[in-house]
Amino acid sequence: MAGSEPILERLEHADRRWIFLIMLVAITVPLFLRVDLPIRVSPEVKGFYAALEALEPGDIVYFAADYDPGSKPELDPMIKAALDHLCRKDVRIIAATLWPAGPPLLEAALDSIAMGRYHKTYGTDFVNLGFKEGKENVMVQLGKSFRAVYPNDYYGTPVGELPLLAAKNAAGGWAVDTFRDVKLLVNISAGYPGTKEWVQQVRTRYDIPIVSGCTAVSAPEDYAYIRSNQLSGLLGGLSGAAEYEKMIGVPGWGTVGMSAQSLGHVTIVVLILIGNVLYFLNRRRRKEAA
Amino acid sequence: MRREVPLLITMIVGWFMVLEFFFPQAEKWSSELQNWAIIMTALASVLGVANVARINMLKVSRRDRDWRYSIVLLAGMAFMVLLGTVFPMVRSLFHIDSSWAIGGGEFMGVTYGPYRLSGVAAGTVFNQFYDFMFVPMQATMFALLAFFIASAAYRSFRIRSVEAGLLAIAAVVIMIGRVPLGREIWHGLPEISDWIMSVPNLAAKRAILIGAALGAIATGLKVIMGIERNFLGGD
Repeated sequence: MAGSEPILERLEHADRRWIFLIMLVAITVPLFLRVDLPIRVSPEVKGFYAALEALEPGDIVYFAADYDPGSKPELDPMIKAALDHLCRKDVRIIAATLWPAGPPLLEAALDSIAMGRYHKTYGTDFVNLGFKEGKENVMVQLGKSFRAVYPNDYYGTPVGELPLLAAKNAAGGWAVDTFRDVKLLVNISAGYPGTKEWVQQVRTRYDIPIVSGCTAVSAPEDYAYIRSNQLSGLLGGLSGAAEYEKMIGVPGWGTVGMSAQSLGHVTIVVLILIGNVLYFLNRRRRKEAA
Repeated sequence: MRREVPLLITMIVGWFMVLEFFFPQAEKWSSELQNWAIIMTALASVLGVANVARINMLKVSRRDRDWRYSIVLLAGMAFMVLLGTVFPMVRSLFHIDSSWAIGGGEFMGVTYGPYRLSGVAAGTVFNQFYDFMFVPMQATMFALLAFFIASAAYRSFRIRSVEAGLLAIAAVVIMIGRVPLGREIWHGLPEISDWIMSVPNLAAKRAILIGAALGAIATGLKVIMGIERNFLGGD
């Protein structure tokens, strides 16, 4: 017994680099082995899918991609899946971001899906308005006039020169200029400003349905808006993206990442259990020794 | 006057924001004020950049600890501002076309470039630095969380009380129940995980949200009425 005591103590306070190594193996090996796990679709993801599926060709969607490279691995799969679904539905997209480091990511996603996969025309089928500083103020002002907030798009082109935003209605006004002209707001959010602010500032004030994709860490907070019907659907983290990819039948990095995330989560749970077992064994041993 | 004028401005602006909801006539003014706010926030970003530059230049001039990192920061910032802001402004002012470009060629059978010097869109030098420096570095910082969480889970998360036990049970069920492997382990785990998210989690989050909203309303009213003055700073 006396000989095993230091071993248990040493194990409890093991060098953290061993933990890092175990974690590294747990999340990288499944990526190479490509283990396919059955994916169950949650009701929130079905809500997201249903909201996009209900759109008609030609409808306009405001696509708010509020994230930056820190959340790219987690949110890019759902952005690409959502854009894929929108393009497939022949929906017109007005994309923008409220995160200063977001525009190039949004541009890459639009280039890859809208232009690359579906051969959509920039300016007619989709526009990228880029970044605007101002957070909640921008959200509120967009409900009054897109062109007042974004006189130019991401490339510096006046929005009046983009066919999607230059069209006039029967009364001679702008056909597309506020959230009243938009059928759905799709928000992909990594934090502030993001889903919570869009719901608080825009959902009720302009009566526009919102669906959200967010990081797993933000998802618990956004559940409140699902139950109050202020969010029509929610993709929570990489697992939400994987479920959505299954719904639209286009497996991507969300699906690939599921095996790595599964084993990563199991590893953390096992580490919690082992850590606690060692803690209690050592505590009992110390008490007995005292 | 140093306190009265800001208080008066706050009061007027605050009331317009509230009145907008009750009197459509006030919307035009509140809208204008919000446009001003957007412009001022943008200017605040410029001030932020200027402040970062000032602090780091001071650090370099004083040879403070790790001053060499400040040189890297200043050089990187200046370079990106030059490409993303100064060059496009010069182009626009002097009506120069966008053909300034560098690089371009073939490496191991893959063609690359040329990359435009001016602007931030795809195919620019700015975008190359963003894609191949900024994105990997920021993603790396975020990815490190997984390792720190694993280390904290093993070394620090101890079930010393009933509350900690409940937290551990909820964490284990959510972590396993939210991933596909959870269903393979036991088909009931995802349902329990959904229940935890939709009932106890929702109740707590909703209470926090409603409490915070009521607090925000009370603080907002106090600010508008001039009762709460901490935002003006000290004397």
